[in-house]
Amino acid sequence: MARTALLDTVDEAVAGIEDGSTVLVGGFGLAGMPFDLIDALIRQGAKDLTIVSNNAGNGEVGLAALLKAGRVRKVVCSFPRQADSYVFDELYLAGRIELEVVPQGNLAERMRAAGAGIGAFYSPTAVGTPLAEGKEVRDFDGRPYLLELPIKGDYALVSADRADRLGNLVYRKTARNFGPVMAAAATTTIVQVSEVVATGELDPEAVVTPSIYVDRVVAAEARHYTVQGAR
Amino acid sequence: MTTEHVDRGPLSMDELAEVIARDIPEGSFVNLGIGQPTKIADHLPAERGVVLHTENGMLGMGPAAHGDDVDADLTNAGKVPVTELPGASYFHHADSFAMMRGGHLDVCVLGAYQVAGNGDLANWHTGKPGAIPAVGGAMDLAIGAKDVLVMMSLFGKDGSPKLVPACTYPLTGVGCVSRVYTDHGVFELGGDVVVVRETWGASVAELRERLDLPLATKDE
Repeated sequence: MARTALLDTVDEAVAGIEDGSTVLVGGFGLAGMPFDLIDALIRQGAKDLTIVSNNAGNGEVGLAALLKAGRVRKVVCSFPRQADSYVFDELYLAGRIELEVVPQGNLAERMRAAGAGIGAFYSPTAVGTPLAEGKEVRDFDGRPYLLELPIKGDYALVSADRADRLGNLVYRKTARNFGPVMAAAATTTIVQVSEVVATGELDPEAVVTPSIYVDRVVAAEARHYTVQGAR
Repeated sequence: MTTEHVDRGPLSMDELAEVIARDIPEGSFVNLGIGQPTKIADHLPAERGVVLHTENGMLGMGPAAHGDDVDADLTNAGKVPVTELPGASYFHHADSFAMMRGGHLDVCVLGAYQVAGNGDLANWHTGKPGAIPAVGGAMDLAIGAKDVLVMMSLFGKDGSPKLVPACTYPLTGVGCVSRVYTDHGVFELGGDVVVVRETWGASVAELRERLDLPLATKDE
């Protein structure tokens, strides 16, 4: 798809996501989580999903709600266990969900590699730890590194602050987190923004994710949560 | 010379944070790990020019946000709402960890379950059955910063030492820690033997009794 599709509803935006898809979900905790796209995905019904995200859900909103609905087969993330990750904890301890723990920087770089056409790369992170098990070790300049493979998504669900009508994106503060990396790493990138502005209104010097990475955009009212809950 | 403060008790974690803050070079780029190390920020006055990095994508992080300053889009790595200082910058996760892995970060201070005399660090997983593994950025930080410092109590709640001959918990990083700050003393790693720089509430002789590894004093 060459041009970014501007959609009227989040339900149209997530149409066609197939059972068994690998879905990259943006956000760090609740900051930058695409709540409305996830809610639409729950309504859409796709199941047996592999979710790649930094965390495994907080409370019962966003990613946690998707897990609770029983749609997720496997979570690839860096930090599943949190004070309010009880939905994931219960599923995991009951053996009803698979978990692959990836160090946060490797998680980001593996997706970056996928988006940048890198076949694999060597990272010094996790050498000599249990997370190095089964990975090729190779020395460069006398220092050991692990072979890491890209993580590519069938879909990415990303939240940004604003888009123009071509699909160029700007983010807000630390809600940027995985958005730009995931947008490039998925076959189909779906973005919710709080506002779509006219093309030409975004300062080209300030665009963070260029429209080439963006397939579908939908405006949704920004819902903000903090660790204390919705506000 | 090793300084022994035996006329007082061990340091509180707040006093220890102040000791660590004094050692952080002016103008350095620093990442403070989740938990106790975040206290160090309270002892870094603006004129020191220390720039705080938070791995979720920011340089120039300010203190915790309260009341109307809370912005759900602006948190630290512990997901606590924070503020931005003049000169702050935002970047995505791959860039954030590239600046860490690429050796651009001067110092990180991490908490720990155990540190071994050879600098091995264990701070991510107890390895207990039923414990859900969660690593976050700990392994990236351990190998990334030029100087990896640890802030912890020297003894666990059961009295067992946390500075050990070899870690029994699963490792976070191999030979990565350069200095360990504890309530009972500061320990320099990286040489053939662990060197005690300073003690509180215990003499070096007493620490030798309680720890399972050889300790040298400075200039010994």
